[in-house]
Amino acid sequence: MPINYYIFLSVALFCIGIVGVLTRRNAIIVFMCIELMLNAVNLLLVAFSKMHHMKALAADVATTAGTDGQLFVFFIMVVAAAEVSVGLAIIVMMYRNIHSVDINFLNRLKH
Amino acid sequence: MNALIISAVWGVVMMFSGILLKQKSTVRNLAIAGMVLLLVANIFETNGTAFFNVDTHGMMYFDRFALIFNSIAILLSLLFLLLSAKDMEKVGINYAEYLALIFFILCGIVLTSSFKSLLILFLGIEIISIPLYILTGSDKLNLKSNEASLKYFLQGSFSTGLMLMGIAFIYGDKGSFLTSVIAPLNGLPSALLLAGMLLLLFSMAFKASVAPFHFWTPDVYDGAPTVFTSFMATIVKAAVFVAFIRLFDEAFGNLHHKWKLTIALITVATLFIGNITAVFQQSVKRMLAYSSISQAGFMLLAIYSMNTDGKEGLLLYVLAYSLATIGLFAVLAKMSDYSYDGFNGLARQRPFLALLITIFVLSLSGIPLTAGFLSKFLMLKATLAAGGSLWLVIVAVVMAVISISYYFRILQAMYFKNAEKDNIITVSPAFKWTLAVLAALLILLGIFPNLVFGFYYF
Repeated sequence: MPINYYIFLSVALFCIGIVGVLTRRNAIIVFMCIELMLNAVNLLLVAFSKMHHMKALAADVATTAGTDGQLFVFFIMVVAAAEVSVGLAIIVMMYRNIHSVDINFLNRLKH
Repeated sequence: MNALIISAVWGVVMMFSGILLKQKSTVRNLAIAGMVLLLVANIFETNGTAFFNVDTHGMMYFDRFALIFNSIAILLSLLFLLLSAKDMEKVGINYAEYLALIFFILCGIVLTSSFKSLLILFLGIEIISIPLYILTGSDKLNLKSNEASLKYFLQGSFSTGLMLMGIAFIYGDKGSFLTSVIAPLNGLPSALLLAGMLLLLFSMAFKASVAPFHFWTPDVYDGAPTVFTSFMATIVKAAVFVAFIRLFDEAFGNLHHKWKLTIALITVATLFIGNITAVFQQSVKRMLAYSSISQAGFMLLAIYSMNTDGKEGLLLYVLAYSLATIGLFAVLAKMSDYSYDGFNGLARQRPFLALLITIFVLSLSGIPLTAGFLSKFLMLKATLAAGGSLWLVIVAVVMAVISISYYFRILQAMYFKNAEKDNIITVSPAFKWTLAVLAALLILLGIFPNLVFGFYYF
């Protein structure tokens, strides 16, 4: 498949994530949308990695060039997992104090 | 590499010290000892003695600029610990963990100052951010701290998403994450590369809290416990700026004409919003948050000009700004009243402390004989040297004048107003003399800036 399809798909997923972050009011759902953005990037990186790898293979059969994009995906997964553990802890901490996960609550610091 | 490995290991040591050591003062001394060790190890590496030799496959490179910046960041963290480590006890019960997180943040700072691959940049920024989310929310029962940490977390991971998309676009165009592969241009830059660069610019601008991506800054700095605000607003911000300048120097240096105007507009917006909003603040803590935005505008001039003067100036600017801000926040953490009135009559009750605060304020507003003046001067000189940007220099100077109006309100409160109520703050002699060291450094650097530049070249 041409690379354009992958680019369109992951940019669409990424935009859905952005719109979700900007419009939803539930902290958990906002968080899910952020995860969606990260996974759109993962998809794009794997697609690009495959593309670069196929190009390099045409010149040299034993090459590993172009596989570093897939390695990057693992790093994103690990960092996303670390972010989930911290982020959910923060949301739970807020829930314990106000019994709600609505981010409309986030306006006390303004005044 | 010394600082990277020792800071990571010492972070783990600090976590264990929380279980094994009962005395908080022992934990604190262990952290300070670790910071001294880190500083010594990094100075050894600057002079050519690396304890660890790890093959990073060209993903990291410790050049002079990175090593000097690491030394500055570690020195500032050491001073920060000496001044504020005791106040961290008031935040919560997990004392050793807070100190451990600070060591992990330093590990991230070493990564961001020496990256040669976008992978390391991403990891460094995340290793800085994730502990900061925790430190911001460390005051668990305080709703303001909760709110600040959730806000910081949501917006921070959003901007991480933007950064990753930018990196993916650049990878798609160039087929590598190494800045040395990204930099060369053959023909016109592709749309993919430009989109990636723009996304990276946005996310770095967010992390460095410059307008129009600054909305989280005042809330987070205000809501976080004051000791951690001090760390966030100085050392971490400096590290992000170093990453910013390295990224745009090494990876996008050839596209300078494409992003120059964007950076100039962002600079003007940052200076304007930061300074004008700071004038209307009633709380000193919030004023310092806006002042950190406006000082970030000055640091952006280094990225705009992208020459040797700018890089040198950034090192001095980071030092001058951080020393003064750490000092002010350390005094503020001792106070019960964060409004300007909290400073009323301080000169009569604590004349020496008031004198030190005066030096910090003068340096922040850029009065001659302090490091603040010289660093602002170097930034403007670098901008002029870049050419075609006289209007930017004029805007910056006007904004620096406006900044005096809100900085000097602290002096007015201290020297010309009487305390209505008894708000004497108690400070230990050790605290006072550490603060005096900070003020002395500010004046020393204002007269002999070559102390820093000498290290940079020799």
